[in-house]
Amino acid sequence: MPLLDRNGSAEERWTRSEGAAIGNIPAALVPWEVLVEALDTQEPAQVIGVLIPNNIAFAALAPFLPRLALVAIAFPAYSDGRGFSLARQIRRAGFAGEIRASGPLIADQFAYALSCGFDTIELPEANAARQPVPQWLHARDSFSATYQRGYGESSRNVLDQRRAARAAALIAAE
Amino acid sequence: MYRYDEFDERFVRERVAQFTDQVARRLDGSLTEDEFKPLRLKNGVYLQLHAYMLRIAVPYGTLNSRQLRQLALIGERYDRGYGHFTTRQNLQFNWPKLRDVPAILGLLADVEMHCIQTSGNCIRNVTADHFAGVAQDEIEDPRPTAELIRQWSSAHPEFSYLPRKFKIAVTGAEADRAVIKAHDIGLRLRRHPDTHETCYEISVGGGLGRTPMIGKVVRDYLPKKDLLAYLEAIMRVYNLEGRRDNKYKARVKILVHEIGAEEFTRRVEAEFALLDGPSINADPEEVARIAAYFAPPRYETLPAVSNTLEAAKAANPAFARWVEVNTIPHKAPGYTALTISLKPTGQAPGDATSEQMRRVADLAERYSFDELRVTHAQNLVLPHVRLRDLFAIWKELGEAGLATANVGLVTDIISCPGLDYCALATARSIPIAQAIQSRFADEARQREIGPLGIKISGCINACGHHHVGHIGILGLEKRGIESYQITLGGDATENAAIGEILGPGLAAEEVPDAIERIVGVYLAARSEGESFIDNVRRIGLAPFKAAFQETARAAA
Amino acid sequence: MAAAAKRVPLPAILLANDLLDGDVVFAFIDGAGPLAWTRDPALALVAADDTAAEKLEAFAAAELRDNKVVDAYLVDVAIESGSPVPRHFRERFKTLGPSNRPDLGKQAGEGIASAPKG
Repeated sequence: MPLLDRNGSAEERWTRSEGAAIGNIPAALVPWEVLVEALDTQEPAQVIGVLIPNNIAFAALAPFLPRLALVAIAFPAYSDGRGFSLARQIRRAGFAGEIRASGPLIADQFAYALSCGFDTIELPEANAARQPVPQWLHARDSFSATYQRGYGESSRNVLDQRRAARAAALIAAE
Repeated sequence: MYRYDEFDERFVRERVAQFTDQVARRLDGSLTEDEFKPLRLKNGVYLQLHAYMLRIAVPYGTLNSRQLRQLALIGERYDRGYGHFTTRQNLQFNWPKLRDVPAILGLLADVEMHCIQTSGNCIRNVTADHFAGVAQDEIEDPRPTAELIRQWSSAHPEFSYLPRKFKIAVTGAEADRAVIKAHDIGLRLRRHPDTHETCYEISVGGGLGRTPMIGKVVRDYLPKKDLLAYLEAIMRVYNLEGRRDNKYKARVKILVHEIGAEEFTRRVEAEFALLDGPSINADPEEVARIAAYFAPPRYETLPAVSNTLEAAKAANPAFARWVEVNTIPHKAPGYTALTISLKPTGQAPGDATSEQMRRVADLAERYSFDELRVTHAQNLVLPHVRLRDLFAIWKELGEAGLATANVGLVTDIISCPGLDYCALATARSIPIAQAIQSRFADEARQREIGPLGIKISGCINACGHHHVGHIGILGLEKRGIESYQITLGGDATENAAIGEILGPGLAAEEVPDAIERIVGVYLAARSEGESFIDNVRRIGLAPFKAAFQETARAAA
Repeated sequence: MAAAAKRVPLPAILLANDLLDGDVVFAFIDGAGPLAWTRDPALALVAADDTAAEKLEAFAAAELRDNKVVDAYLVDVAIESGSPVPRHFRERFKTLGPSNRPDLGKQAGEGIASAPKG
């Protein structure tokens, strides 16, 4: 399925496993239900990612995070925003691997997804065909700054920009 | 009032460009209708029965004359010369074309306005007490809080795809004029008894609609500085745990109800404890920057009583009655906050023509420090009027058909657009309001009846707030015809209560009789000075139900 | 578009909203031409049998797909004085306009070439 990262089309390096059978797949994306089983058979050279439904509690996932290189969060519909909060919780816990949104998202959610901690978006073919990559990149840059602190780069945050402007004005006044 | 800085300005312009692009992608097929619909709703564009509808945000109901004139212009240029003020203090136009919406958004941005999040499953336009900053019972002005939340909730990366719509209201007064208990989050500014600092009392899980609920207090005293982090905690719990399997069970009130207020509070507090407040909350300088815009205007030093006003009242009884009904005491001596009724008998409640908007804008500019308010009761307010100017204002309002003296009375009816416009409605609302207004058109009788709030919704979504009407009317469809269910005993104030159904549904033409009978019971049973709602509370529903049954029987 | 199994009783007309304008439009046939849209409810093509209703449904599906209209669906009608009138009050309002404003909408002749402008 087509994959996007912050800069556009991205190379897929993950292979979805059949159930818990990760064999010698170098980077295996396994379903949440078989994660424990798959981790039991993990070889030292192998990296494992998990595809989670968006209705599991973060607390259930948290113990596994140190052993995961990818958390893919399913978006059953683009209007179902649970994944945004889950991604935030995963990042807050210090997870430094890849977080992926998997489902029929739309370009207009790209900036939100990146701000909440997602690295990649995995789209169904039909959605990707209707909304080509340039639309995603255009939508990513719709807003030069946003109002929420703690999401994405602080240089693109209005409150922090105002704070910086106040500081600059103070210095200029001295 | 708040003015945009360069960041606000750029944000709104970028939002216009974004929506323009979304429309283009809808037309070229990049976006399906199913994908586009939530996007257009988040920008206030509905598809109604006869046309598109555009809902324009009037944040916490505050406008200046330039903005109202721009709305008048848009109404003439792109609509049919009138607009409808809503129960969320917004303005909606009933006939815009989708192709014109980008141009309208540009005109709005020119006067620091927008349609951001006036619909959709996101945090909606924040509402507040329409007498903010002027009411005598106010502890602190709620508008700086509302503006802070407006900014924080705009295009929120995490909370733009919620299970359902999410409404926040703020009041800073003892009397609740913002219906905070019927909101997903209700904020009340209050003083801490020990520290005397102003804090927020936070209620969650109020809401009308199919399952009406009164909000539950989850925090008695939240320090002001923690507001955004606390809101983030509430929103995260709701976004993750609110139901998404059934749209009628997706509001936060259902989550609060199902897990209990105590458990909901525990989860919010647990999430709040994990948050790093200083990296989320607005810093004190930012809060102060916003608050400075809401500093009181430069009032003149005036005597509390105006001889000019008293003389005019003595000479003109109709004027005196209007002053009595439509004005309230003001913080500043010699001033009043004047409500301009948009409920003259026979008009759609809350509708105003472009010409009327311009007239009100002129009056605001000349007499009210260029400021006006929209109330959730679908009226307008000139918040800072010198008592001695009231007579001149009254004469001018009269020329524009805007001097109706009925604020808070039986004909000051809240009504949604209903099936005359709305695609979701199950029955009409406006003609019911008009019929009741005609029945009670006699002004002396209205004053004799006293404060009585009738609220009408044309469907279960309850935009007309019928559950919290002293008398509520809900329009439904029954066997292929419009049918109206009457409730009694609702209350939208700090004594918030949900009305109870009186009996079987009525046909449209039976409604005025039913109201008449209900009012008759009250007039016969009231004690000296007892208001309608106090009387209902004291004597209970039984006598009203009995009278109501007679209407139903007479009709059968 | 609703499946045939859920189709409204016949006779029926097809109505929708124009995507760009939002106006209520009705499927009709101008002379011997193909199906098209009109803003005049009196001109709406009345489907009296399944074959005719299926043609309207196919037209609706194509026009939705081509982004010409939104919210297209069949409405069951009665024939009054030779013109189709929706049986349900909600749809009747769509052919007329707001009942509290007889000066606006189709009842005032808006978008209807033959009628005098209200």
